[in-house]
Amino acid sequence: MAGGKEIRTKIKSIENTQKITRAMEMVAASKMRRAQERMRAARPYAAKMRNVIAHLAQASLEYRHSYTQEREAKRVGFIIISSDRGLCGGLNINLFRAAVNELSTWQDKRVEVDVTVIGRKALAFFRRFSPTIVSEVTQLGDAPQFADLIGAIKVMLDAYTEGRIDRLFVVHNRFVSTMFQEPQVEQLLPIRAVAPEEALKAHWDYLYEPDAHAVVDALMTRYIESLVYQGVVENIACEMAARMVAMKSATDNAGNLIDELQLVYNKARQAAITQEIAEIVSGAAAV
Amino acid sequence: MANSIKVEIVSAEEEVWSGEGVMVFAPAEMGEIGIAPQHAPLLTRLKPGEVRVQLESGEEQFFYVSGGLLEVQGHVVTVLSDTALRAKDLDESAALEAQKRAEQALTDRASDLELAQAKAELLQAAAQLRAIQHLRSKGGRA
Repeated sequence: MAGGKEIRTKIKSIENTQKITRAMEMVAASKMRRAQERMRAARPYAAKMRNVIAHLAQASLEYRHSYTQEREAKRVGFIIISSDRGLCGGLNINLFRAAVNELSTWQDKRVEVDVTVIGRKALAFFRRFSPTIVSEVTQLGDAPQFADLIGAIKVMLDAYTEGRIDRLFVVHNRFVSTMFQEPQVEQLLPIRAVAPEEALKAHWDYLYEPDAHAVVDALMTRYIESLVYQGVVENIACEMAARMVAMKSATDNAGNLIDELQLVYNKARQAAITQEIAEIVSGAAAV
Repeated sequence: MANSIKVEIVSAEEEVWSGEGVMVFAPAEMGEIGIAPQHAPLLTRLKPGEVRVQLESGEEQFFYVSGGLLEVQGHVVTVLSDTALRAKDLDESAALEAQKRAEQALTDRASDLELAQAKAELLQAAAQLRAIQHLRSKGGRA
């Protein structure tokens, strides 16, 4: 049986790989569902925040926060959100391509770029690409904690307040559907005017405690942080969806490979049997 | 609806509670405040503590917040609760840490690369050695 045994071992090994990819697919599917829930759960906070900020914009406020003021861009900041782990198709690569495009359009305009990376993959990539990485967070896990992000974001926010950067963007994957995720670049700072839900009567202002300055500062910081947190959570849902799809196609490919090998194996076995019979017959004839 | 007030408590990670109440107590930074229906628009920071909502049935609901913001607007009280304890120097140290990690990652790059390179060279050398030994044993037989 020429090659029969080798083909059998190969089929076995592909079957083992298939088992692994199928398991990964199922794990990713259940994690995706949880990530989507988390994504939905995080939405009301940002929505409420946006409402309050819209109200603020409507109120005749005596204090204008620096986050809302447009400045000429001399240096810009990017927060790039990626996954910690690979094996999720082209998800991270597509994201990095979009980010690099965006970075180089700024660099072409002779604007310098600072980067905050979230996720191991982004760290590995941008370390080589080497714009200045000012802060990083990795190993967030599947259920990221809001608190873990505060530090990395604060570095950027401080840079903005002190005038070291004049724009802040966030880059992450947007969850369109299970089959489709797309990279998205969003401007965080300065905050673009948010349209209020309903028009309110003019000329009123909040009562502030302790004072407008402190309260609006706290509000703006949390707003930006919540947007980044949302990006992180959404990116995890994307990662899981992409991994699920990638593993599904890997499982299917393994199946095809096994079918083909099985055919080759059957042919080899058939040929061996035919040969054996021919030998016996010719042997008998010779006697 | 004039004597009830809509209360929404949300945190960055989830929506905590929402419903109608007749009175809301919250630990504002300048001291505890009580908010009755038709309160003037208010925006305040919260200290860590408990938010109490008095329901129409007379029951009270308690929520712990570790700080955050509170907005009163029309008939709606929105509590934007923090999920983490925050203080200026706590945030500061977190920021420093994130910065330090980035710097470290950048300096580590050299050693990481060197390690990978050294490993590759080692493998190559080992392969060469094996090849030479192989050739020698063959040569010995010939």
